[in-house]
Amino acid sequence: MDKRVVIIGGGVAGMQAALALKERGAEPVILEKEERLGGKLRDWHRLFPTFTPAAEVLEPLREGIARAGIEVRTGAEVECLSEGGAVLRGGECIEGGATVICSGFDVFDARIKEEYGYGIYDNVFTTVDVERMFNEGRVATAQGGVPQRIAFLHCVGSRDEKVGAHHCSKVCCITGVKQAIEMKEMFPSAEIYNFYMDIRMFGPGYEELYRRAQLEYNINFVRGRISEASQTIDGRVQIKAEDTLVGRPLKMTVDMLVLIVGMKGGSRNVAFAGSGGLTVADNGFMQPQDSFLGNVSSGRKGIFYAGTVTAPKNIGESLNEGVAVAARVASYLGL
Amino acid sequence: MPQFGFSISKPRAINLDTNDQVPAERLLQEVPELKTCIACGGCTATCTAGNLTDFNFRKMHTLVRRGEYREVYEQMDKCMLCGKCRLVCPRGINTRAVVIKIKRVLGDY
Repeated sequence: MDKRVVIIGGGVAGMQAALALKERGAEPVILEKEERLGGKLRDWHRLFPTFTPAAEVLEPLREGIARAGIEVRTGAEVECLSEGGAVLRGGECIEGGATVICSGFDVFDARIKEEYGYGIYDNVFTTVDVERMFNEGRVATAQGGVPQRIAFLHCVGSRDEKVGAHHCSKVCCITGVKQAIEMKEMFPSAEIYNFYMDIRMFGPGYEELYRRAQLEYNINFVRGRISEASQTIDGRVQIKAEDTLVGRPLKMTVDMLVLIVGMKGGSRNVAFAGSGGLTVADNGFMQPQDSFLGNVSSGRKGIFYAGTVTAPKNIGESLNEGVAVAARVASYLGL
Repeated sequence: MPQFGFSISKPRAINLDTNDQVPAERLLQEVPELKTCIACGGCTATCTAGNLTDFNFRKMHTLVRRGEYREVYEQMDKCMLCGKCRLVCPRGINTRAVVIKIKRVLGDY
């Protein structure tokens, strides 16, 4: 049987799958739409809950790919699936004995929640913007000032009927806690408020980090979703929420409002489903065969999944699925 | 002047731009673990006073932390310092100390 495995997407799941498949004797080829491997993690500064630099995860993966001589096609955007692989933009077909879809997720576009003024007001940012600022080594308000008051808003694009997202993106809670701590370290005298609906600390060390954020970093957690934001005459942001724990409305002015944006299903999912006979779940992510023994299988022969293409996941879970899918693909190919 | 029965309601919103946070900060310095409250309401559920009056300990200390002190001092008089709330708190907060410190820092209010 053909030992070539087409891996769609060169993020952490795709790279890990390629490495594990190569070890098992397969010939993986990674199709990456960007010019460089790494996926969303390329834009991230440090990882929760340990504040590990993203490069410490990415570089060993990239070096492993290079050392193993794995074929990588960058700038290769997959349009749809073909009988035994993928069709690139431009019409070229890349085929093999199996296909692993590791195409990841899309970041929720915060402009859709117009009431928060992202892209309209000067000092409304997203968690993605904040990571970029951390990478650049400079965090400042739009006016170039040092923020003295920063508000984070959880669940932007998650658990929100109004944007068609019933699902919980799950990693944003801990991202908000991580970034709040990083901001406090950068600006020790700043007041930081996290507005949340629920705090969901599902991973090891997450709840502990949340507790440290409260106790050691004096981050204020207010249970209530910000309902609207408006720009003040001096370019700051006034926000309104309910403090649901005391049952009263609350308002305050902040120097920066950071929207903790969620994950949504990848924009190519519908094309993959249509061309590969696959199913897109109600939440917009791809539907795996089942949630347990078949969680990296698609239900279609020769097509597999790994990483956030099937659901929001953290980096560790995506890396694990890279290994898991390699085992399934190897057994499918008889390796 | 004749009274027609009309009045103007005061705004109910908690305004964090104008509230005085100094007493709240003093309270948190004295009982720092109060910052880790996750508002489970265990204290209020077990509270003897809360079962007989409108005393709500979780709500009262949250108000103090937002810089809202009106009526909190008087409310704290309802607490009998039995300490059951401290036994149930999953975050290990010395809730009795919170009651006493709130009375102390709000003495002037």
